[in-house]
Amino acid sequence: MTAWKTFVGSKIFWPVMALVALLAANTIKTTRFVNIRVQDGHLFGALIDILRNSSPLLLVAVGMTLVIATRGIDLSVGAVVAISGAVACSYIASSADPTGVVTVLTAVGIAAVLSLVLGAWNGFLVSVVGIQPIIATLVLMTAGRGIAMLITGGQITTINSPPYKIIGSGYWLAVPVAVLISGGLFAIVAFLTRRTALGMLIESVGINPQASRLAGVQARTIIWTVYALAGLFAGIAGLMISSNVMAADANNAGLFIELDAILAVVIGGTSLAGGKFSLAGTLVGVLVIQTLTLTVTILGVPPAVTPLFKAVVVIAVCIMQSPVVRARIASRRRVPVIAPVAAKVGA
Amino acid sequence: MTTSPVVVEMRAISIEFPGVKALQDVDLTLRPGEIHALMGENGAGKSTLIKALTGVYTVDSGTIVVEGAEHAFAGPAAAQAAGISTVYQEVNLCANLTVAENIMLGREPRRGGSIDWRGTRSAAATHLARLNLTIDPRSSLSAHSLAVQQLVAICRAMVVDAKVLILDEPTSSLDAGEVQQLFTVMRSLRDRGVAILFVSHFLEQVYEISDRMTILRNGQLVGEYRTSALPRLDLISKMIGTSLEVLEQLEEAPKQSVAALAHTVPYLQAIGLGRRGAIEPFDLDLYAGEVVGLAGLLGSGRTELARLLTGADRSDHGQTRMGDAVVHLRTPRAALDRKIAYSSEDRKAEGIVADLTMSENILLGLQAERGWTRRIPARRADEIVQQYIAALDIRPPNPDIPARNLSGGNQQKVLLARWLATAPKLLVLDEPTRGIDVGTKAEIQRLVTELARDGMSVVFISSELEEVLRVSHRVAVLRDHHKIADIENADVGVDDIVELIASGGRAS
Repeated sequence: MTAWKTFVGSKIFWPVMALVALLAANTIKTTRFVNIRVQDGHLFGALIDILRNSSPLLLVAVGMTLVIATRGIDLSVGAVVAISGAVACSYIASSADPTGVVTVLTAVGIAAVLSLVLGAWNGFLVSVVGIQPIIATLVLMTAGRGIAMLITGGQITTINSPPYKIIGSGYWLAVPVAVLISGGLFAIVAFLTRRTALGMLIESVGINPQASRLAGVQARTIIWTVYALAGLFAGIAGLMISSNVMAADANNAGLFIELDAILAVVIGGTSLAGGKFSLAGTLVGVLVIQTLTLTVTILGVPPAVTPLFKAVVVIAVCIMQSPVVRARIASRRRVPVIAPVAAKVGA
Repeated sequence: MTTSPVVVEMRAISIEFPGVKALQDVDLTLRPGEIHALMGENGAGKSTLIKALTGVYTVDSGTIVVEGAEHAFAGPAAAQAAGISTVYQEVNLCANLTVAENIMLGREPRRGGSIDWRGTRSAAATHLARLNLTIDPRSSLSAHSLAVQQLVAICRAMVVDAKVLILDEPTSSLDAGEVQQLFTVMRSLRDRGVAILFVSHFLEQVYEISDRMTILRNGQLVGEYRTSALPRLDLISKMIGTSLEVLEQLEEAPKQSVAALAHTVPYLQAIGLGRRGAIEPFDLDLYAGEVVGLAGLLGSGRTELARLLTGADRSDHGQTRMGDAVVHLRTPRAALDRKIAYSSEDRKAEGIVADLTMSENILLGLQAERGWTRRIPARRADEIVQQYIAALDIRPPNPDIPARNLSGGNQQKVLLARWLATAPKLLVLDEPTRGIDVGTKAEIQRLVTELARDGMSVVFISSELEEVLRVSHRVAVLRDHHKIADIENADVGVDDIVELIASGGRAS
């Protein structure tokens, strides 16, 4: 009972309710929605689709959560997604053996290291040079797509490489590989932030940078680390996205993914003002956004009003979890506690 | 007491905040054509009184009479309408607008629904001329020095034909020449019959410019005096007060200074250490087992000195030695690595991490020292936290509540615990007892004495001289960003320190 009350009072309650409502609406519309069947030893079903489609966004949003916790923001992740995919696909396309495992591993390695470096560049601008995060990452956001165009030569680079395809659409032990990758990395980050002191130090820097500095916290290193991590994760997301379509599209890969990621973080209850963050909240936020996308198709919402439909749901969630509304609800919930007593006296 | 007419009369003003009596029965009288100084140390209630007069706070009891009419100001706009204008410490202007736009902001002459810019500029020029200021109204405000911006702010305040002008710490960031510029303007306003209320921590300036002063202490009125009739010495002792008998039972610490013993080597030596605009170069030796008190009024450079010792700010003069080696304390982290901890005077902005729990706040310093990979094992963390909760009697003794929910005194204890957990050899405490109750104050003083006895070197800063004298073996006296004396705390009384501050160290 008290655990339930804590849950109801927590920031994550309304996002979870939104997710449940969306899933319920889909199930009512078509009962097949909840079915998960095994076909050729692979799991299939709408829920599995949601998880697989969520994978890249989850990775980007996890990185974004940590960046936002330090009072920062990273607008460049979408561009990093494009660059990473472009680098990997171009390398594979130009190699002598596009289907070789070694080729694919090298491509993945190059793309990951490059993404890490790009993230570290953002961290450098923010923590050492002292540029405001939104401006610092705006540089790479705009320049990044140019870099990706340069790599692909302005073309959509399509490749044919079965090993590379595994990242985005392969299965392992019946589960989509993309889900395993993002789930695994999510678990590692959760472990790193909550089992080491990293999470507390990140929050400390986000809540009160001055006090943290005086307490000897190396804010610069921490900020640098979270941006580098955000870059790396965006890069891996970029590999997934390009692997899924077996092509690198410098213009459209990961377009607006930074906004979806920020939205997921906010829905998950992490404040843009920095400080306390919730990775579980971000996970729920990502699932809400992805389920919403699928819901639009299942409910047959006309394409023209799709953005409006999404906006209404997101706004509703944000309003429900805003401090003002939550305080209102909390104060109203107290009223019935008194009311039955009064009724008894009246009777 | 005087026959001159009165423009503002505040009688028996009381204001209470949750748990704090900010003002109790305070009177203030302002007369036209007079510069009136409002004096008092930190927390004396100066800003609260000003905010009552300017309508920012509503008074709980007492009356405010302006030109014979009683007022209960509903807000700053109401006070302004009654002829009371204020220029705050931080310049409240828009740096990217022009001087004219700033002066006339919100009162621009209009023509057919749009702003008459030519009229605005000429009106601003008129107002500037009335103060004999030769500032180009078309220039951008940000192109001017802080002093000129301050003058523009005054000009803006006088646009409404204020009868009362309140200047809250207008000189804190001005140099000597700029102060004179400001004073010229203040005098001309006074001669025109404006009543000026002037707040400053610089005694010299108060004596130079003010005709009369009202002194507050701990939210209570000490009295109103003619400046010419009140010697500096009396002013300082009235501001600081001598009313802390409650704490007198605190055991007498051995006041034998370690420095007096031969062949001891200082733990840390500051040689000609200084930073431009913050503290003039000073020498200071700190010994293990000794408490050095820093005495001086607010703004005398106490905090600036402490920040140089602990790497919170970088020095641009001199050097720091530890043992035989010169050390470079460029960051708080570098200082902590050498076991030097600094507890800032600004508990909220530079101490407590409000959204973290009490436990996390206590462990923050130690954890930062270990780095993020080596998390303090849960059991050890628990031991440390419980140990300090018990030793310092932190209440409520629940390590999991957010630090923001603790009272000021308990937040201070949490910060002390944070620094003690890092096992410092030199602990610099800046105003560790400010704004906390008498009992906690005594506990902290006792703790400081004990820490020194156990071999720690402590620097203790406080606005209360009694407190400094009670805990220190040695006292360094500061005034106007200079260290003016370094004396053994043997048979030294508050009066001696006060005299040192008043005379600037020259007399001794």
